[in-house]
Amino acid sequence: MKKRMLILEDGNYFKGYGFGSDKETIGEVVFNTGMTGYQESITDHSYNGQLLTFTYPLIGNAGINRDDHESVFPTTKAVIVKSFARRPSNWRSQMNLDEFLKEKEIPGLTGVDTRRLTKVIREHGAMKAILTDETEDIETLLERLRNTELDHDQVAQVSTTRPYVSPDKGKKVVVIDFGLKHSILNELNKRACHVTVMPYDTKAETILNLDPDGVMLTNGPGDPTDLPEVLNMIKEIQQKVPVFGICLGHQLIALANGAKTYKMNFGHRGFNHPVKEIATGKIAFTSQNHGYAVEAASIDPAFLRVTHTEINDGTVEGLRHRVHPVFSVQYHPDAAPGPHDAEDLFDQFTELMDSWKGGNLDA
Amino acid sequence: MPKREDIKKILVIGSGPIIIGQAAEFDYAGAQACLALREEGYEVVLVNSNPATIMTDKEIADKVYLEPLTLEFVSKILRKERPDAILPTLGGQMGLNMAIELDNSGILQELEIELLGTTLAAINKAEDRDLFRSLMHELNEPVPDSDIVHTVEEAVAFAEKIGYPLIVRPAFTMGGTGGGLCDNENELKEIVGNGIKLSPVHQCLVERSIAGYKEIEYEVMRDRNDNAMVVCNMENFDPVGIHTGDSIVLAPSQTLTDKEYQMLRDASLKIIRALEIEGGCNVQLALDPDSFNYYIIEVNPRVSRSSALASKATGYPIAKLAAKIAVGLTLDEMKNPVTETTYAQFEPALDYVVSKIPRWPFDKFESGDRRLTTQMKATGEVMAIGRTIEESLLKAVRSLEIGTDHIQLAECTGIDDQRLIDKIVKAEDDRLFYLAEAIRRDYPIEELAQLTKIDLFFLDKLLHIVEIENMLKEKPFDRDLIEYAKKYGFSDVIIAELWKTDWEKVSTFRKKAHILPVYKTVDTCAAEFDSSTPYFYSTYEEEQESIVTEKESILVLGSGPIRIGQGVEFDYATVHSVKAIQQAGYEAIIMNNNPETVSTDFSISDKLYFEPLTLEDVMNVIDHEQPKGVIVQFGGQTAINLAEPLEKLGVKILGTTVADLDRAENRNEFEKALKSLGIPQPKGDTARTEVEALKIAKGIGYPVLVRPSYVLGGRGMQIVDNAEDLSIYMNSAVKLSSEHPVLIDRYLIGKEVEVDAICDGESVLIPGIMEHIERSGVHSGDSMAVYPPQSLSPEIKQTIVEYTEKLSKGLNCYGLMNIQFVIHENQVYVIEVNPRASRTVPFLSKVTGIPMAQVATKIIVGQSLKDQGYTSGLYKEPATVHVKAPVFSFSKLHLVDASLGPEMKSTGEVMGSDRTLEKALYKAFEASSMHLPEHGKVLMTLTNEDKEEGIELAKRFRETGYSIIATAGTAETLRKEHIRVEIIDDKKSLHTEEPVLKLILTNQVDLVVNTMGKNIEAITDGVYIRKASIEKGIPLMTSLDTVSAILSVLESRSFSTNTL
Repeated sequence: MKKRMLILEDGNYFKGYGFGSDKETIGEVVFNTGMTGYQESITDHSYNGQLLTFTYPLIGNAGINRDDHESVFPTTKAVIVKSFARRPSNWRSQMNLDEFLKEKEIPGLTGVDTRRLTKVIREHGAMKAILTDETEDIETLLERLRNTELDHDQVAQVSTTRPYVSPDKGKKVVVIDFGLKHSILNELNKRACHVTVMPYDTKAETILNLDPDGVMLTNGPGDPTDLPEVLNMIKEIQQKVPVFGICLGHQLIALANGAKTYKMNFGHRGFNHPVKEIATGKIAFTSQNHGYAVEAASIDPAFLRVTHTEINDGTVEGLRHRVHPVFSVQYHPDAAPGPHDAEDLFDQFTELMDSWKGGNLDA
Repeated sequence: MPKREDIKKILVIGSGPIIIGQAAEFDYAGAQACLALREEGYEVVLVNSNPATIMTDKEIADKVYLEPLTLEFVSKILRKERPDAILPTLGGQMGLNMAIELDNSGILQELEIELLGTTLAAINKAEDRDLFRSLMHELNEPVPDSDIVHTVEEAVAFAEKIGYPLIVRPAFTMGGTGGGLCDNENELKEIVGNGIKLSPVHQCLVERSIAGYKEIEYEVMRDRNDNAMVVCNMENFDPVGIHTGDSIVLAPSQTLTDKEYQMLRDASLKIIRALEIEGGCNVQLALDPDSFNYYIIEVNPRVSRSSALASKATGYPIAKLAAKIAVGLTLDEMKNPVTETTYAQFEPALDYVVSKIPRWPFDKFESGDRRLTTQMKATGEVMAIGRTIEESLLKAVRSLEIGTDHIQLAECTGIDDQRLIDKIVKAEDDRLFYLAEAIRRDYPIEELAQLTKIDLFFLDKLLHIVEIENMLKEKPFDRDLIEYAKKYGFSDVIIAELWKTDWEKVSTFRKKAHILPVYKTVDTCAAEFDSSTPYFYSTYEEEQESIVTEKESILVLGSGPIRIGQGVEFDYATVHSVKAIQQAGYEAIIMNNNPETVSTDFSISDKLYFEPLTLEDVMNVIDHEQPKGVIVQFGGQTAINLAEPLEKLGVKILGTTVADLDRAENRNEFEKALKSLGIPQPKGDTARTEVEALKIAKGIGYPVLVRPSYVLGGRGMQIVDNAEDLSIYMNSAVKLSSEHPVLIDRYLIGKEVEVDAICDGESVLIPGIMEHIERSGVHSGDSMAVYPPQSLSPEIKQTIVEYTEKLSKGLNCYGLMNIQFVIHENQVYVIEVNPRASRTVPFLSKVTGIPMAQVATKIIVGQSLKDQGYTSGLYKEPATVHVKAPVFSFSKLHLVDASLGPEMKSTGEVMGSDRTLEKALYKAFEASSMHLPEHGKVLMTLTNEDKEEGIELAKRFRETGYSIIATAGTAETLRKEHIRVEIIDDKKSLHTEEPVLKLILTNQVDLVVNTMGKNIEAITDGVYIRKASIEKGIPLMTSLDTVSAILSVLESRSFSTNTL
């Protein structure tokens, strides 16, 4: 294996061996603490533009199978591990991680002290990094890294460009794809929803013309403030149909209703984040992947109510609109990877659509 | 939800003596729980019969009762203490059973005592097979189908319904005799047909076989708000079919996709919620390696061995939080004690791999059946942490102390392929090593996976280790290669072997190349949050997280896995030593690798290194920490064995010096010392060869006591009567310890006495003299010990004190020392001196109130006995009497003979204390489950040598109202003495129809007295009798001294009836 290295914007560097694709890449380096679910994470479009570090040291143990992809064309910029399994073992496995990354042209770096890397990110925040061969000297690379501007159009890069339909007999749901995870579609399909997936920049009018029972705003990569035009769409549709937002969708709903978002130091990426439902005190372990969050103090209580918080750092994890049939969560009730504790939010969405009749909530 | 204010006083039930399947993990859990409850302001009353535990220290609870865990005694305590509630879920199966028994007796209702943690209904649902099955059906969770059949036809009909493979288990047969796996109707007919015949009740259980499935465990917790979470999941290296306690286990699970992980997580949480457990629970599942099918195997509604392992594997203290949940606190209001910044409601994320390997007793029980089955056989376990599976597994192998530093055993290399495959297919304790050997012989791992059902993923890790071996062989002293090998857990010793050099050269080369370990933190959160837990493991990576403080430190070496001869007593001493070090103003550092114990709780010491106890691993910690010195005298033979090599490397050993340690262990030196001190010892000498041995034995006269030097627990010790047996012994035992010679001593029959002493160079404090019930010839660890001695004359005691003082000073002992004496024809002889903490330290500390290990530690760090307020000589003896009794695990160990001898066989101990010897003995017998009714039947089968002595005992049995049944020879002797006795036929066979065995197997006797003769036939005969008694749980005595002791108990309980 080729000796390669990862250099961080703050000058820290990590040596290792390349696997997967051997191309050079620059992006934001982040870490995920999940001990399973690497396949789902790597194929999650919310990681678009990011170099994904796994804190669990053995990745690829169960190989890659054809069912657990969260997208067809993964856009994660790189995968950084302590070690990967050359010989995966699982009845569904079709290839090992190395082969998969090669196929998807994603570079990997193995042999890394990922715990040290995690601590650097924890202390200095998620930052720019370059994964490259050990050819140039570090100063030159750092220079190049510092001069590279990261993308601001990550959503545009991953969103579908054309609408498509996943038909069924139930509720008509329009899904706005900001970086849609397949698991969201699975959950809607499980509930017999007739789903139309639309590009991220679809106008409100187009959406409403489809006469949906509800609209789902999906997860996606990057900074929510990079998408100002989407806010107008939300402002319009939320008055007419039930809306459910997940992750980026949640942040956009907050922005559309006057709240602010901020970049977290190193985000929440993993699936052991305990989230409390304020009304009941019940706690769910949630699957999370976000680097931005809604600023609690910026929320206007006349419009939005905080329904869920993370118990350790108090992050706003759920919102409900005071007037309109709108609710959202920062985490992934669709799990994949992660616990199924919050699955019932999809039921709440279908119930909301049920009770929303001609622009009014029943009772 | 805040903690409950309506309860003030809580009784915690401990788990009693250590037996296989119920070991030190409950000392850890119980101690944690008691402290947690006190922290919340509750008054805690503890009852446990096991003195060798931290939990029974008086600092742990407000009141500690070292009393038998029987209905009689616990009820008495309940009436006296009137607690508001009982917490039974921390005392293992013992605690749960006690709770059920108390409830059945009605006392809980009468005294209005509540059960905390788990309701009785939940306990029953989890424990009762039928209730469990119906609960699983209700929850729609799959359990393997099964049925009870009385005929072959019924079995076939059942098989037609559910298909093959099936497992057949005949009811009530010895050691599951007659059961087996069937793949088709013919096999089923044969096995069931045979099984029905063998079963005394003529029935068999037929069950769908899930052997070969992946075995996965989830440790889950729940609070009264119904918050539920997974602390840790684990995957067994060995598939279903081998008890998880006997399996190599890895944490977290390794071969599951997220879908599978979450599916099993959902099932586990559903179950803990359905059982409404408030606390911790263990769920064992079997997952089909080829589909999403799974079955629930078992649920333990309490903390368990697995939860102790999960606690150490994650850092998350399950028992502590379970106790707090039991009094009403919820997970979202308690802080995670590891991070102290996040809440307890947190599913730990690991960024390392944990391997657990069981430690089996077959090095001592050579005749034992080593097959691994669903009956657990291991006495202890080791755990190791690494950043790869290879590293963690190899570290665990090194921690086992089975004479290898690698997955390599000498006995594997010579065998032929057929035998090799046999060893792999029929799993025994050493299968891992045979697997490695097969890979070295180029067996494809696919084939091995097929033979064993072990996941290819794991076998590939073994293959990788073998590949590294091959690479190393080809390139001696290659820098990159050694770095690679170190990252995958190779020890310097094995690298040296592959490089055909010595380990010192490898070590020097490695250090020069700056290939040094770093220590990483176990923090429950994969570094996501800041954490200051002082809990470390080594790995070869970049960042050093263990920061050396300014404060001067002392390193204490622990005792490793629990095995026969080196039990929890040594962990007890280690923990006390740490306390004393801290009190003396030093930083206390512990190194140990046993996940079950209190010493590896990171809150005990200032720093915990969870590491193998090999010279290299210990030196790495010393190089990093630069402690003032190392204390070895509390960690049993594990630590003592490291003293000399450590000193050679320039490490300061604190306490008794290495030279003086050697003087006590080296035969010639020791003899010289005794001679110069004028202390007699049985005649003896050292032999290195058979010829030498025979000559020595002839000189001193038979019988002789033979044993290899430098062993613990009397391993390899035997009493030999003639030259022929001695030759046999020398041929098998010298192999056993080739580096050290064999000691041959005159075997003196007499009373054995044991003394623990603490010396500071000037004064010698003797906390107590203990008198053994069984005469010499029974290992001291298997003898009942009485304190204070009841039958020693003041002169003898004086002599013992004198000899002890002379020996302590003469051997320059600093700290603890244990001496064993035999009193033969009114003369005191020294048999053995151990210049270290012994297994009687906890017992004696508790009954005398002297914290012996702490006093000794303070001496080691420079405080004299006088400084600590103690004076020289024998400590004042109390008016009460205390008995320590051994407890055995024979029912778990097939083919291990239960007769007592010079080799230690017990796994645990209990204590009985009262105002008279008889009462104390009664309690000790009760606590060790040797319950005798006031009248009943005793079966006596004695060897010729013992028959004379048996007469007196038989008379005494008759006096107390017992009737006697005896085998022909014994009966004849007794009848001659006009003792009424029933004769029973004793044909020799294992068949259950045999009269003697039938008598036992059908519970028609209350006590079995069986002594072992020299004659081979009698020996085999006795084996079956002993085995049957153990199987049925009938008290068995193989020493007439023990019989005499129990008779005095019976006599004291019954009034005598005399004619005029």
